Parts: sequence; C-alpha cells; structure tokens
Amino acid sequence: MSAPIQLRPDETFLLNVGPQHPATHGVLRVKMQMDGEYIVKAETVLGYVHRMHEKMGENRTYAQYLPNLSRLDYLGALGYTHGHVLAIERAAGIEVPERAEYIRAITVELNRVASHLFWFGAFVMDLGGFSPLMYAIQDREHILDMLEAVTGARLTYCYYRFGGLYNDVDDDFIEAAKRFIPRMRKSLKKYDALVSGNIIFQKRLEGIAPVSAEMCRKYGATGPVARGSGINFDVRKNEPYSVYPEFDFDVPVYHECDSLARYKVRMDEMEQSLRIIEQGLEKLPDGPIMVEKKPKTIKLPVGDYYQAVETARGSFGIRIVSDGDKNAYRLKLRSPTYSNMHLFDEACEGMLIMDALAFMGSLDLVIPEIDR
Amino acid sequence: MILETTQQALQALFAGSVPADEAEAGTPRGNGVLTRDYKTHGYHLDAQVAADQLLAAVTILDEGGFFIESITGVDWIKDNQLEVIYDFSRYDFDTCRVIIRTRMPREKPEVPTISTIYAGANWHERETHDFFGIKFAGHPHLVPLLLPEDADFHPLLKDFKA
Repeated sequence: MSAPIQLRPDETFLLNVGPQHPATHGVLRVKMQMDGEYIVKAETVLGYVHRMHEKMGENRTYAQYLPNLSRLDYLGALGYTHGHVLAIERAAGIEVPERAEYIRAITVELNRVASHLFWFGAFVMDLGGFSPLMYAIQDREHILDMLEAVTGARLTYCYYRFGGLYNDVDDDFIEAAKRFIPRMRKSLKKYDALVSGNIIFQKRLEGIAPVSAEMCRKYGATGPVARGSGINFDVRKNEPYSVYPEFDFDVPVYHECDSLARYKVRMDEMEQSLRIIEQGLEKLPDGPIMVEKKPKTIKLPVGDYYQAVETARGSFGIRIVSDGDKNAYRLKLRSPTYSNMHLFDEACEGMLIMDALAFMGSLDLVIPEIDR
Repeated sequence: MILETTQQALQALFAGSVPADEAEAGTPRGNGVLTRDYKTHGYHLDAQVAADQLLAAVTILDEGGFFIESITGVDWIKDNQLEVIYDFSRYDFDTCRVIIRTRMPREKPEVPTISTIYAGANWHERETHDFFGIKFAGHPHLVPLLLPEDADFHPLLKDFKA
C-alpha cells in the first residue's frame, strides 16, 4: 500500500503560460509561481518576435523606414505610421495640406475602431463567449475593405507619406464611410445588449485586477489602461497634433480601475471615434493631398526629436536622434503596450489565474509591438 | 507653470553654474539644463546630468508627478561615449516633456538604476542593457529581455558587426 498523497500547505509550483497559448494573443510567455489557483509571483518573458526595428531605423533612410511602422501593431497600424510621418514633418518643417491631415485623422480613427473591435471579440472569447468575435470581425471587415480600397493593404498599411498621402480618397470611400457610421452605432448597441449586461461577464471583471493611478504613473501606462484608472490622458487632447483640435469629441474616463473599467473605456472610445469620422467627412476640405515642394531625400537637422501620438493602445512615441544624415543616428520606438504589459507582473500577484488571464485580455496586448 | 518649477529644481542641481551652451555640431555639450523649442523638437526641457546626479534629477520628476515614457541609449562612438536618455511626461494638461540624459565612457558604461524610483524603468533598463551593454548598477534582474537569454552581443553599438 502506498502512502496517501499529501501536499505541504506552503508548497508552490511553477506554471508556464505560453509562449504558444491562446490567452496570450501572440508569442508571449509568463512564468507563474502558483499556490494552487493563486499566483504568488509572475515573470513575463519577452523577445519571441523581436526583429530589431530600431536597428533597421538606423540602416534605412526615413522613407525606406515607412513600411516598418505598420509591422509593429498589426491591428492598429495607421496610428504608428502617423506618428512616424508627423515626427519627420515636425523636424523637417514640412507643412501638410489640410485635406491630407483630415484624411489621416479619418483613416486613423477607422483603424482604431477596427482595432478595438478585434480586441472586443478576442477579449470576450478569453472569457468564454465565442459569438461576439464573429460579429466583431464582420464589422471590422467593412473597415478593412474601405481601408484596402484607399491604402492598398488590409493590415500593413504604408499610406502616409512625408508631406501628405500616397493616394486620395474617392467618393466610394466617403460613401462607404458614411454608410458605416450608423451601421456601427447599431452594432455597438447590439454588443452592449449582448455582452455588457451579462452577469457572468460582469462578475469576471468587476472589481478584478485593480490598477491604481499611481501604479500607472510608475510604469508609464497610457491609453485605455490609464483611462480605466481615472487618468484623463489622451495625447489627442493633451498634446494636440494633426487636425484633432478641430473635432468635438470626449475622452472616456472611468475611475473603477478594474478590468470592467478598461472594457468600458474602449467600448465608449469606438463611439467617440465614430464622431470624429463623422465630423471629418463633413468638414473634409478640397485641395491637394501632397505638399508641393519637398526635398527628394529627407535629411533632418542635427538634434533630438520626439513625437507622441495616441494609438488604439496608448501613447506611442518615436524619438529620432539625427546627425544630419539621410537616415537616423538613433531611432527609438516607445510602444504603449510595452509599458502597459510591464505592470502585469506586479498587479497580478495574489490573483486567481483565471482573473489574471482576463486581466491580460483587458490590457489589449499586441506582442510584435512589445517586442519590436 | 510646472515647466518653470521643474526647470528651477533641475537647475539647482548645478548650483549656480551657467547653463550649458547649445551643442555645436560634433562636440559634446556640457552638463546643465536647456530649454528646447517644443514645436520643432517635441519636448520642453533637456537636462544633461552626471551619473551621480541622476537619482536626484529623477527624484525631482517623481515628486513633480511625471510618468516615465522610456529609457534608451545612444552610442556616440566618435566621442568614445555612451549616452542614456530618460523620457518623462505628464498626465495632466500642463504639458511638459522632460528628458534627462547622462553620458559615460564607452569602456566603463555604468549608471545607477532608477527602477527603485520608477518600477517601470526595470524593463527599459534591461532593454538598454541588451542593446548597448550599459550596466545599471543596483538593477534587480539585469538579464536579456528582448534578446536571447544567452546573448553576449549588443546590436545597437555602432561597431557591432552581425
């Protein structure tokens, strides 16, 4: 007869989540020291899709680097390319025609809605609800079709150029975008009825995974993560760029600090993006989409340049150190999810593993953007 | 408002010394606080400090309510120096971007860690260690973050050959 199995009460075990795991939405690995179902300590392991985009930034000219930016965050790529062109335009002193900036804002916001839609579907799937993903992808498909028609790509856009755009939008795009807005508003109501009121969904998120405003500050969290912790911070409002000051829109902020607050922020943001698109289409001025005079090879004056933009995931920053040459001496990409993910290790201590996975979903991770 | 108070507080680290001149092309600038044109450069204050002033400078920003944006390095191989740049910004509408930079000789690249003040500096410093081999003294876990765990190379050094 063998002795009965006995566990010591202080015994913990190591659980390896990832790098290939559906809940991590990409190749992310988390080493978790577990006490039963509770996490004692977690350590995130990064680098599985690291491609050294920053070195490429030093080896390529500014224009050659354009396509790289959309390989960071494949769900909301236009925001990142926008940051890059704005940084160069700021440093080189290029004035962009108004029409081009309006189209940039419209397409970026469409992309933001697409990104949030995919997040919404994937997040609810993390919690066990499969069908919202199908609805969300259907709506997102309309956006991708529109963007494909103007940019020529579905995900890895290279649409903005220094001083303007690669291609003007046509009437079909404007019509499609106008049709899309009321349809999307109807869908948002449907999502709300389908998901937000669901008692299981609420119980899984309400009061779970609190992230304090102070923790956000210490880790540099931005975007919906910070706004779900009561921080009224949106680069579009705090450091206005492009034509965003022309638009009337609100920044949704929730003070509960929990996973549900982060969910609500993103759901509200989609409506705000629709408002921006609506106003953008209404105000869209005629005119050129490309600046008339611009040097063939862009060289930036010696110095440091920083440009921040609000992407779907938070504040994306690009820092360029120029030595006056046609490529950057040093190019640093400050990615929002990198900082947002960083607080996971500390915040999930003492949490149930199922809550931690829901928490991870609420951070809206895109791994290639963390690893760069 | 916060711009002036932060500038004064940082300035006080250099007790009475004149602010550094604008960097001439090719020559390293001296330590001190400079204001930059936000419109062209995208940030307001640019403070270069010695490695032993770093913690004091970062503490000023921490107490001023700044959040950490990023940490990165630059290899100034012609000056035989490495530089670490710390980016800070604010959540409120009193927009003020501050960068703290410190230079060190390439042979002995070492600065104190600021992860004791900003927990979020942890990954940024590990990443900078990956790419430049800069040692952050006192860092709790200075192992490769983005590079493979056995990486013994630093790809963003200018003399790095793949």
